[in-house]
Amino acid sequence: MPSAVATPRRAGSSGIRRGEGLAGWIFTAPVIIILGVFLFIPVLMALWVSFSDWNGRGSPFSSRVGFVGLENYAAVTTGGGLTERNFGIALRNNAWYVVLVVPLQTALSLFLAVLINRAVIRGRGFFRTAYYFPSMTSSVAITILWLFLFNATGVVNEVLSWVGIDGPNWFHDPRGIIHAALGLGPLAGPDWMVQNTFLGVSWWEWWSGPSFAMTAFVLMGVFTTSGTFMLLFVAALQNIGSELGEAGMMDGATAWQRFWYITLPQLRPTIFTVVTLGLIGCWQVFDQIYTGTQGGPAKTTLTPAYLSYQAAFENQKWGQGAAIAFILFVIIIVFTLFQRWVLRERPVSKRRIRQYQVKGSTS
Amino acid sequence: MTRHTLRAALATGAVLMTGAFVLSGCGGSGFEEPADTGSSGGLTSSDDALALLIGSSGEAETTAVEDAVAAWSKDSGVKATVQTANDLNQQLAQGFAAGSPPDLFYLAPEAIAGYAGNGSLKAYGDELKNKDDFYPSLVDNFTFDGDFYCAPKDFSTLQLIINTDLWAAAGLTDADVPTTWDQLTEVSKKLTTNGVVGLGFSNEYQRLGAFMAQAGGALVKDDKAVANSQENVDALTYVKDGLTGGYFGYAKDLGAGWGGEAFGKQLVAMVIEGNWITGAMKADYPDVKYTVAELPAGPKGQGTMQYTNCWGMAADSPNQKAALDLAEYLTSTDQQLAFSKAFGPMPSIQSAADQWSSDNPDLAAFLKGADYAQFMPTQDGTQEVITDFNAQLESLKTSDPKQILDSVQSNLEAVVGG
Repeated sequence: MPSAVATPRRAGSSGIRRGEGLAGWIFTAPVIIILGVFLFIPVLMALWVSFSDWNGRGSPFSSRVGFVGLENYAAVTTGGGLTERNFGIALRNNAWYVVLVVPLQTALSLFLAVLINRAVIRGRGFFRTAYYFPSMTSSVAITILWLFLFNATGVVNEVLSWVGIDGPNWFHDPRGIIHAALGLGPLAGPDWMVQNTFLGVSWWEWWSGPSFAMTAFVLMGVFTTSGTFMLLFVAALQNIGSELGEAGMMDGATAWQRFWYITLPQLRPTIFTVVTLGLIGCWQVFDQIYTGTQGGPAKTTLTPAYLSYQAAFENQKWGQGAAIAFILFVIIIVFTLFQRWVLRERPVSKRRIRQYQVKGSTS
Repeated sequence: MTRHTLRAALATGAVLMTGAFVLSGCGGSGFEEPADTGSSGGLTSSDDALALLIGSSGEAETTAVEDAVAAWSKDSGVKATVQTANDLNQQLAQGFAAGSPPDLFYLAPEAIAGYAGNGSLKAYGDELKNKDDFYPSLVDNFTFDGDFYCAPKDFSTLQLIINTDLWAAAGLTDADVPTTWDQLTEVSKKLTTNGVVGLGFSNEYQRLGAFMAQAGGALVKDDKAVANSQENVDALTYVKDGLTGGYFGYAKDLGAGWGGEAFGKQLVAMVIEGNWITGAMKADYPDVKYTVAELPAGPKGQGTMQYTNCWGMAADSPNQKAALDLAEYLTSTDQQLAFSKAFGPMPSIQSAADQWSSDNPDLAAFLKGADYAQFMPTQDGTQEVITDFNAQLESLKTSDPKQILDSVQSNLEAVVGG
């Protein structure tokens, strides 16, 4: 490509295109105003509330509301009392949820997309609809369905009993699944794990794993979101030309090698999108908790999003509620940046390059 | 390029500022200071219509309240509308934050400290003409910092509900109705057969607190945290023994959502519940026969828990005189008896007691509880502590009662002082 093509003059503020800038602003103004009034300003107001002692009556900008600096943030993260412990428990629960749901839903949706994308499968349309169906159903309806399925005497335990497994009382069993699998109690850990705490929650509790109730929500998260992400993968797969795959076939690559070395790298942008959306969604779990368990049993399904709601609306601690919301915001940003770094385009390493070079070549 | 970005940023800022002004303009009273009426001072008066917000238990309650309010409107000439809340706490909080709360609303005792503390509530209790008719413990329940805040709407107590068929099948008679903890253990063991657990209850302080009361304990006494007292340890140990022995059972462990469901499905032969269970039994399990007995006395005598709501009044209400009149009307003897007939609660006033007892002879045990019932702590912040306590009680079977109560004690001390 010739690089010295003269760039066309930018539409400036003079000449024949004088009015275009203004027109642009006029056309975008409605959206900017709507986003500003209903999104940007409320976010700033919430940020102010998180630094104030507003108690929920009247305007947070009135003169009676004082600036308390980082007090609310401190109460949640270093307060030493129940508030800190609740936040620690909520973070622990949600971290397990994220760690399990994000990889599972990404892998499952990619798997489904590859299946559906193959020309040979019959009734593609049917499967596509079937997999996507849970994503369209309201989360409230699915939560209620889940409560039935995972009842102590529900369908899931019935099925488990066919293979000789005595299913747990899913939504009422507060044990973490790791502890339960090891047959250990809440206090049976080694001293250094039981004694040392982070955010008011002992290391032993951090490593207890998600409770059975949370595990049921993990399965539900995977079930409901895989369909949506499958569609993203299907779209991406259809954009991949067949040439590289055919070239790989000529070179004798197996189907698995073609998928792993040729298809998957080309899906990188989609994987990034799916993982990012997954991370954001998973850190914001709220509907299921609100309609399903309200944080129970024994706080094992408490999440920061639900805790924020509870602190503000039920305990009248609006500042703390807002502070939790902003801590959550920071967590999401950090996680997104981290996975962007992990999934970045890397230059091919020298060792790798050598594999591709013709033996004996001097260059 | 930089110039462009700068200009774009400025323009965006300008638009946002305009948006903010539009917002504050449209909000009207939204950004104004609410009048700081606080807890004392006279009542406001105007021609404004009244808005009521209720957290209804169902169709029957909604209709009953609507009818009563309509009748009052007709008499007084003041318009009033009743709205049922999906989520009372949230809708109230929104109303207060926006400066446009309902005039009268259902209010739980544990929410008073928070709302009274920020000046959202009008303390009108002392202005009520029927003030002295309310049960004293209910007046205590709604008193915060020395002010009697609101008129108790009605109340309930916990007692022992017994499945008469299972009772007879176990060879028990009326003479065996337990009056002590030992007897309770005994009959519970006898009733525990083929899949039925003797005594069931929900895994929360709201039920187990009755045992603590019977042992002479409480969570808060004279504004001091006393959660880890020996009495409370004894009570929880007694419950724990029953749970591990298998003759007591948590409703949720048995696969039921609450005590009433466990009782209706005959998973338990006896249950500790309040008088709301009668409605559930009538609607969902009409075939299960039962009687209501007083809970057995513990080492320190009789004890139970009471539950109540009141008619809260907003400090920002423009027509508090009319609201007071309506609250008086809704808590009058006739009206409370009518409510009781419609959806089952017990009147909060003593003058209706005799009539209620003769109307509901089978349920008299619930009303007797009024004499010795405790209520949950109402200080600001205690709600969170009780939620945490309940979370720990779920695993009472495998934990140490003293350890649980110690943690509750330290959490309570942080909010009410030791």
